[in-house]
This record gives sequence, C-alpha cells and structure tokens, in this order.
Amino acid sequence: MDLSYGEELEGYRDEVAKFLNASWPLKGDEAKLGWEEQAVRFRERAIEGGFLCRNIPKQYGGSEQEPDVLKAQIIREEFGKAHAPMEPRGIGTMMLVPTLLERGSEWQKEKFVPATIRGDLAWCQGYSEPGSGSDLASLKTRGELVNGEWVINGQKIWTSGAQSADYMFILVRTEPEAPKHAGISYLLVDMKQPGIDVRPLRQMTGGADFCEVFLTDVKTPEDWIVGKRGEGWLVSRTTLKHERNSIGSTQQTRALFSGLVQLAKERNIDGKPAIQNADIRQRLAALEGYVKAHQYAGYRTLTKDAKGESPGTITMMNKIISTNIGHDIARLAIDLLGEDGLLDAGGSGMAAMMSGGHERWISHYMYSLGIAVAGGTANIQRNVIGERGLGLPRDAAAERSSK
Amino acid sequence: MNFDLSEEQEMLQETVRQFLDNECPATTLREIFDGEVGFDPALWKGMAEMGLAGLHLPEEYGGAGLEVLDLALVSETLGYMAAPGPFLGHALAGLAIACGGSDAQKSKWLPKLATGDALATVALAEEGGAWLPDQWSVPAGASLSGSKKHVIFADHADLIVVGTAGGGLALVERDAKGLEIKPIDSADRTRRLCEVILADTPAEALPDGEVAATRLRDAALVLLAADAFGGATRLVEMSVEYAKTREQFGVTIGHFQALKHQLANMAVEIEPSRGLYWYAAHALDHVRDEAERTAAIAKAHITDRYMQIARDAVEAHGGIGFTWECDVQIWFKRAMFDRAFLGNPALHRERAATMAGW
Ligand SMILES: Cc1cc2nc3c(=O)[nH]c(=O)nc-3n(C[C@H](O)[C@H](O)[C@H](O)COP(=O)(O)OP(=O)(O)OC[C@H]3O[C@@H](n4cnc5c(N)ncnc54)[C@H](O)[C@@H]3O)c2cc1C
Repeated sequence: MDLSYGEELEGYRDEVAKFLNASWPLKGDEAKLGWEEQAVRFRERAIEGGFLCRNIPKQYGGSEQEPDVLKAQIIREEFGKAHAPMEPRGIGTMMLVPTLLERGSEWQKEKFVPATIRGDLAWCQGYSEPGSGSDLASLKTRGELVNGEWVINGQKIWTSGAQSADYMFILVRTEPEAPKHAGISYLLVDMKQPGIDVRPLRQMTGGADFCEVFLTDVKTPEDWIVGKRGEGWLVSRTTLKHERNSIGSTQQTRALFSGLVQLAKERNIDGKPAIQNADIRQRLAALEGYVKAHQYAGYRTLTKDAKGESPGTITMMNKIISTNIGHDIARLAIDLLGEDGLLDAGGSGMAAMMSGGHERWISHYMYSLGIAVAGGTANIQRNVIGERGLGLPRDAAAERSSK
Repeated sequence: MNFDLSEEQEMLQETVRQFLDNECPATTLREIFDGEVGFDPALWKGMAEMGLAGLHLPEEYGGAGLEVLDLALVSETLGYMAAPGPFLGHALAGLAIACGGSDAQKSKWLPKLATGDALATVALAEEGGAWLPDQWSVPAGASLSGSKKHVIFADHADLIVVGTAGGGLALVERDAKGLEIKPIDSADRTRRLCEVILADTPAEALPDGEVAATRLRDAALVLLAADAFGGATRLVEMSVEYAKTREQFGVTIGHFQALKHQLANMAVEIEPSRGLYWYAAHALDHVRDEAERTAAIAKAHITDRYMQIARDAVEAHGGIGFTWECDVQIWFKRAMFDRAFLGNPALHRERAATMAGW
C-alpha cells in the first residue's frame, strides 16, 4: 500500500500544473470573453496538450493517450484545484460518445464525435416511455424501414434536455416479431424536423429539465443506426454502464458533504451554531463514515483498474451508495434549514431572503430523489446487486417476461 | 498510488484462513464457544507458531516487524472466521510495550510475547464506561490500586498492561501481590472478559506510556473495525448461502425480491468499508496527522454496520436464526463486542467531531 503517486507521476503532475498555470484562466484580450467561449478555447489547447478527451482517437478530435487511470486522476485533481473546465458534461460526451467509439460505424464517429466533444452538438436520450421505465425492453415506439429511411412513430418521456437538443439517440422497436430484447434498434435522430413535438414537463423543483417527446412519422436515414438491427438493447447497455460510472463519483459526494458541514457552521440551533449541537455532530460524523468508506472504495477501484483487475461487486454498488449518501445529506440539510425549509428555493422564496446560496439545499432536497430514479431506480440497482453480484436467482416475473 | 494489498498480505490472510479452516472448523468453534473456559491453548499455540503473536513486534525482539495494517488484515480474517482466542489483547499489549517500553522492558517481554511463550492482555476500562486514556483513574505508581473491567482473557495472561491516571501505562505480572482476577459471563464467548482488581499491586510504568496509550487506543479501534468488516462480510455470505438453499412456496427463498433486496442492502452497507479500515490502519503508520480521527470514524462506522447486519442476518435465517444452535449468534455476539469494546459509536463520533474542530 503506497498512497504516493511516485516520482514519475509526480513529474506528470508538475507538467499538468505547468500547463494550467500558463493556460487557465485565459490571459490578455481572451480574458474578456465569456466563460463558455473561454472554455471552448481552453479545451482545444488542453486536448492538444493531451489532458482532455484522452481515450478519444486523434482523428475524432481527441488526444488519443495511452489509457492511464492514475494520470487521469491527477488531471482531475489538478484541473479541480485550478477550477479549469474539463470535458463538457452533457449526456452526449458522457454517454453517446463512448457508445459510438465502441459500436459506431466509421462515418458516424467522424460526423458526431468531434462536434460533440467540442460542445457544438447537444444530445438527448430517448429511452423511457410512458409504459416502459424500469422494464425498458418493453418499449413500443416503432421504427420501420420505408424506402431506405427509418420512419419513427411513438412517444418518449422524461427526456432530459430534449428542448435544447440537436439530436436524440433513441431506442425503437424494429422487429416486432422478435423476443422483446431482440426486437430493439438504436437510432440517431435529428431533433430539428417536423413530426417531433417536444413538451417540457415541470418537475417538483419548479424547473423543467425533462420533456415529453411525441414522434409522428419522424425520419432518419437508414445508416443512422448504431450496431445492427435488433442489437439496440446491447448497444444501449454500453451507454447505461457509462451513466452509472458518472453518477457514482466519490468526488461529488465529498464536495456535497463539506458543503453540509459548512451549512451546519452557518446555521443556528437554539441561538448557537448548529455544529455545536450534539445531535447534529452525531449525524454529521455518522454520515462521514459513509462518505469516507465511499472515498476509499474509490481509491481501491482506481488501483484495481490501473492493474487491470476487477474490483468486484463494488462497481455495481456505486450508484446506490452515492444515492443513499445524497439522501442522508439532503435530510440533514433540511433539518439545518429549520423553518426556512418552508420556503421555495427561487422567486421571492429563499433565494430572495438569504445570502450565501443556502437555497440550493432546498433544491438538493428534491433533486436527490430525481437521482435515485434516473438511470435505473434504487430497486433495479438492488436487483442487479442481488442477482449479478450475490448470485441470487432471477426474479420470476422478469424471467417470464423476457421470453 | 497503490491502494491495494501486496501479494504477501493476501497470502497472510489466506494462510490464517486455511489454518482456522483446519484447526477451528465449525464443530471446534462451537465446542469452544459452549465450553466452560473458552480458551483453547492448542489453537493459540498454533496461531503463535504461524507468527501471529509477534507479527507487529520489532525483528530485533523476534517479531516479524510488520505494520498495523498487517495486524488489521489478520483481525479481519479472525473476524470472518469468528476465531476464538486472545489475539486482540495480546497484540495490543505487545504494541504498547514496543512503543512505550524501556529497553529492559522490551528485552524482558517482547521475545516471549513474539513466540507466544507468554500471553499478555490490556486492562483499560473502568466503571462507568471510562475506556479512554484521559478517563482512567487508577493512580500511577510503583504499586496500583483500583479495578479494571472487560479485560480479555486476563485469567490466562502472564502480563497485563494496565491504563493509569494521566493516560499512562504500567505492567503487572501474573502472580503479583494483591492481583485478583474474576472471570465474568460475557456475551461474546469467543473473547471472554474478566474483572481485574488491584490492591497495592506492584507495577512497573512504561516510560513512554502516554504516547503508547494513544497508539494502543487507535490501533485497538482499527483492529475492532477490521474484525467487524470480516464478521459482517461473513454474515452476508452466510445469509446469501441460506437464501440459495432454503425453500418455501416451492422455490429457494432467494427468489423473493423482498429478501433479495434486504441481502443487497446488507452487502451495500458493508462492502465499501473495506477501504476505510485499510486506510485507517495504513494511516497509523504512514499518515500520522489523520490517524486518530480516521480510526475513530472507522470504528464507529464499521462496528455499527456489523451490528445491524447481524440483526438482519438473524431475520434472514427465520426461526433457526433465533436459536443457540445456529452459528449466526456467534457472529452476532462478536458484533456486540466490537461495537461496545472501547466505547460505543456515539463516543467516537463525538471525538471525531471535536477533532475536526466542529
Ligand atoms: C430527473 C430524471 C431524468 C431522467 N432523464 C431521462 C432521460 O434523459 N432519458 C430517458 O430515457 N429517461 C430518463 N429518465 C427516466 C428514468 O430512466 C425512469 O424514470 C426510470 O428508469 C424509472 O422508470 P419509471 O419512471 O417508468 O418508473 P417505474 O419503472 O414505473 O417504477 C416505479 C417504481 O416501481 C419500482 N419497480 C419497477 N420495477 C421493479 C422491479 N422489477 N422490482 C422492484 N421494483 C420495481 C421502481 O423501483 C419504482 O420505485 C429520467 C428520470 C428522472 C427522474
């Protein structure tokens, strides 16, 4: 066990720090640009330097570096310290790009990958339907090949970012006669066309980040399919794997926890800082046990990945662990807000009455529930852990319906 | 960056496990658990011959010169196997002498402790849950008077390391004048406890007793956390195995989703804390400024998880789980021990809060 990175990697850290020192924030006239534009220019240079988009080949706009999880970790740490932008965090870079790199055809990679990682193209994920959520493979939206193009009819729901997306990656049923998982194909669809009707859905938080999408005779070219006909289920599994990894990040959890400790220092209970309250101290320290366990489990996973060994069942647990911690943090935060928990986060609610951004905890109290559902509910995660992790028999109903 | 065990460390765990598989199978464990004394000299001798008695003691005194992490790995395996015996007290006593003893004390005791020719233990707790060095009240001096509780296998020990007022440590030998040892009925019958009464009993202070006492405390917290991780992991495995064999309604009960989810939750509660106890152990030798607080958090967190998993495991076994005959109770009682020994989770969470400056 050795928690130092060693001489060679510390040398690499210096290299990253030197690059950041020279390149972020932008200097001279460029410093006057808006943040987004600065980020775009910075990312180009960071890719050139081999620091971003490391697993993406040069021909598709990446920096094509030898896979090295430890270097990647050092980059995350140093970029974090410098508050420098990493890859754009959209669903496109996190989910579509890895899927295309693994399963896409040559022209698809050329057309979509560079533009997506530059942040020029926004994507949305058209999986869930009103009748198909956890049982995603029961989806009904139809795709038919008519005169050399796909014609799509049906409805998607909970589609995050559909209102601003350029394209959708969508699961449709193309082989209605085949068994349920084998009848699905994975298509790419231009969102800017007649026949697509996007209706934002208002969330409990008040915002509208996801939408209903109605598709009526929507067209997409025959070769905008990823993988073969009927392979869409397998192709979509690549994407979901990436989603789980991205949600299960221990760094976000730690940042959230230190925010909570800060909140406890700033709020009062019985006229004294809440952090001095015995019950609050117990709850914070108990939570920190989970946060630290998650953190060191992350170190171990990192090491196993670097050695090319399997970290075991822990990889299936990351989403539910970070969801659980997120819930606990939310519950403690709302207690710390006390009567201010009566207020709405925005408008003339908490944002107007408080300084210091405490209203974000009201939003987090609700958003932590969205995270529990999106990308596979906690119960579905438990099924996966129980069946694939612990080797328990498959659910009888699920078994029957997959025939 | 290598946050993983070395091959030697993995082998150490494997060797201990195989030894216990052979020398302390379920039937033997049960005999010792049910037996009058709860101490099996042959089993302890075997463990000492493997080098477990002096794993962490300096090589110049016949030990293996390893670290707290290695002790913790053994502790995990002992917890996994519910191994009965005096390992915990013996390891801590040796650690304290190695850390705070004079050259003469080290030369006199460590070689014997390393081979297991002498057995040592630690006397820490006093009335009213006074487990920690700053709570001890037995006045230090050339002779000691007072009483200590929850001393592991004191009735078999040749040497007792006693915590004294001011947070120091002193050595008391087996046949010392005025020393009285009263075995008490303890829930965990794999690590039996005694009360130790001292009446003007000759004792020899460790010169660096205060430093040694804090290291002893932190190492103890880590070893308990490691034991809890091993035990909880075993209980999840036992419960999963049972769910794969026991049939109701014509199928194995693992088919039922309610049970499957309970088992998944148990696994999710314990699996991530492997790295937490590793780190806490590693910190004791390598990241000194984090060691004390991480040890407190690890002990509180993992022993709490162990206790809850033990309760869940009883439920997962149904009626049989509630019987004396079912082995789950052995681990259940070890969970009670790990949770309460050296103070409940709440005590260590409050310490962690204070240490963070909260
Ligand atoms: C914030 C947010 C963003 C989202 N973004 C997207 C997106 O961009 N694209 C997209 O396609 N989808 C998106 N979703 C949809 C999400 O993937 C689904 O909501 C999720 O898969 C659950 O499906 P459902 O809503 O139909 O619930 P259901 O499947 O109906 O589940 C309802 C309840 O039943 C339980 N349940 C269902 N089946 C089982 C079972 N077999 N065993 C035990 N319990 C079960 C569930 O755990 C849940 O508690 C988003 C959802 C949210 C909340």
